[in-house]
Amino acid sequence: MNTITTVSRPRWLSIVGLLGVVGMGFTVWLGLWVTPPDAVQGNLARLLYIHPPIATVALYWAGGVALAGSLLYLWPRTRSIFWDRLAASAVEVGAVFSALTCVTGSIWGRPAWGVWWAWDARLTSTALLLLLELGYLALRRVPADPAVRARRCAVAALLVAVDVPIVHFSVDWWQTLHQTGTVLDPGFHLHVHGSMAWTFLLGFISFSLIFVWLLAVRYRIEVIQDTVGDQEMEVSLADRWSEGSELVGIGSTSHQEPDGGAP
Amino acid sequence: MWRDAVLVAGKDLRIEARSRVGLWQVVPFAVLVLILVAFAIGPDSASLRHAAPGIFWIAVLFSTVLTIQRSVAIESGEGTRDGLRLSGIDPAGIFLGKAAAVGLQLLVLQIVLWAGVTFLFNVRVHVVWLAIVTSLLATVGLACAGVLYGALSAGLRVRDTLLPILVLPVLAPVLLAGSKAWQAALDGNASSGAEWLRILIPFAVIYLVIGIVLFGPLQEAA
Repeated sequence: MNTITTVSRPRWLSIVGLLGVVGMGFTVWLGLWVTPPDAVQGNLARLLYIHPPIATVALYWAGGVALAGSLLYLWPRTRSIFWDRLAASAVEVGAVFSALTCVTGSIWGRPAWGVWWAWDARLTSTALLLLLELGYLALRRVPADPAVRARRCAVAALLVAVDVPIVHFSVDWWQTLHQTGTVLDPGFHLHVHGSMAWTFLLGFISFSLIFVWLLAVRYRIEVIQDTVGDQEMEVSLADRWSEGSELVGIGSTSHQEPDGGAP
Repeated sequence: MWRDAVLVAGKDLRIEARSRVGLWQVVPFAVLVLILVAFAIGPDSASLRHAAPGIFWIAVLFSTVLTIQRSVAIESGEGTRDGLRLSGIDPAGIFLGKAAAVGLQLLVLQIVLWAGVTFLFNVRVHVVWLAIVTSLLATVGLACAGVLYGALSAGLRVRDTLLPILVLPVLAPVLLAGSKAWQAALDGNASSGAEWLRILIPFAVIYLVIGIVLFGPLQEAA
């Protein structure tokens, strides 16, 4: 009764994870040793090979998957537990990347701006996104019927998604400390060239692959958690049934004994 | 939908008028926040005048959480929520009614707090229309987002601790825009204050629309 149904691990998942980790290693190598220092920022610019890719994953990939998964769950025709699990996994992975965005931005901000944290529109809205994601995860952890929890979390994810365009447009709406889009301008013209551009691109691809890998791993854990929960429930019910049967047996035996001895 | 909204708002407001929880608990709490934050800032009148808009909106925000918790608690009695759901009232009407009731309570609270900051911090609003429009727009946003999150946490045992975590980050733009617009109203700078209304208007509209659309599915989940 204590066996847990195994959930298969697809082969492509390991390949994606491996490619992501190797790509990230190459990004670090290229970023630290191969690319030249920036003309304005010097060596400080090397952190930017990972900060924008992490922020992109946190904001667009995780936010997009969470929004799409929640909408598809709420839409009656496409309602499936798959979308709920996918959205929940995306929010959890997104929370990790949002936290990393704040941390890497802060490490860059200390020498560049002179402070660990500035009350800038982009920073503040990203921190709010992280808090909203933590709120979603807190809601997710509240025990409830799976269907009820899924519906509740889908609505909560839509409300979290409201912050995503605020973070994106914050640098345009409020002209504060954080620079506006510098890799691509509004006309999609590239402003980074040579080895810097390739390192930047590799960073985006690597972190995107790591996101896909983490998302799939987290989804698999979600499936295992639900399976274990169901099995534990079955075991508990079976134990209660057997306890109940024993009690009935004892009751009937103790009731029969006097009867048996009466004649 | 509108008739249902009026019915639900009337019900909630009647309950509040009879129980007087808002009057005896939420309003004193809001005034307490004004006084406590002033204690933390110190007796310097210039600092207090500068911080007055922020203190005002912090008090409004915290009081919104209490008002929402109260609004949810009204329906937390045995079968009350099910009764409301089975009464055939349009879910959008329930949302609008509950938001209207919360909004009216918040407006009354803001009148008290306005008097409070004027009296305690010695400030004077120079652009009255800006302060009023800011309060009205912010109240719509606070009430709609609050009722939506209240419905999200309804029926949960950890409702009281979960609701502030969920709703306060969402309400942060109102705190920011409200404080800035109020600062401009105090300084007599109407044009810079009016710019912050551009945040309050979409905030109110977005949560109003989301609430009307999603309150039904949320009620089923609660």
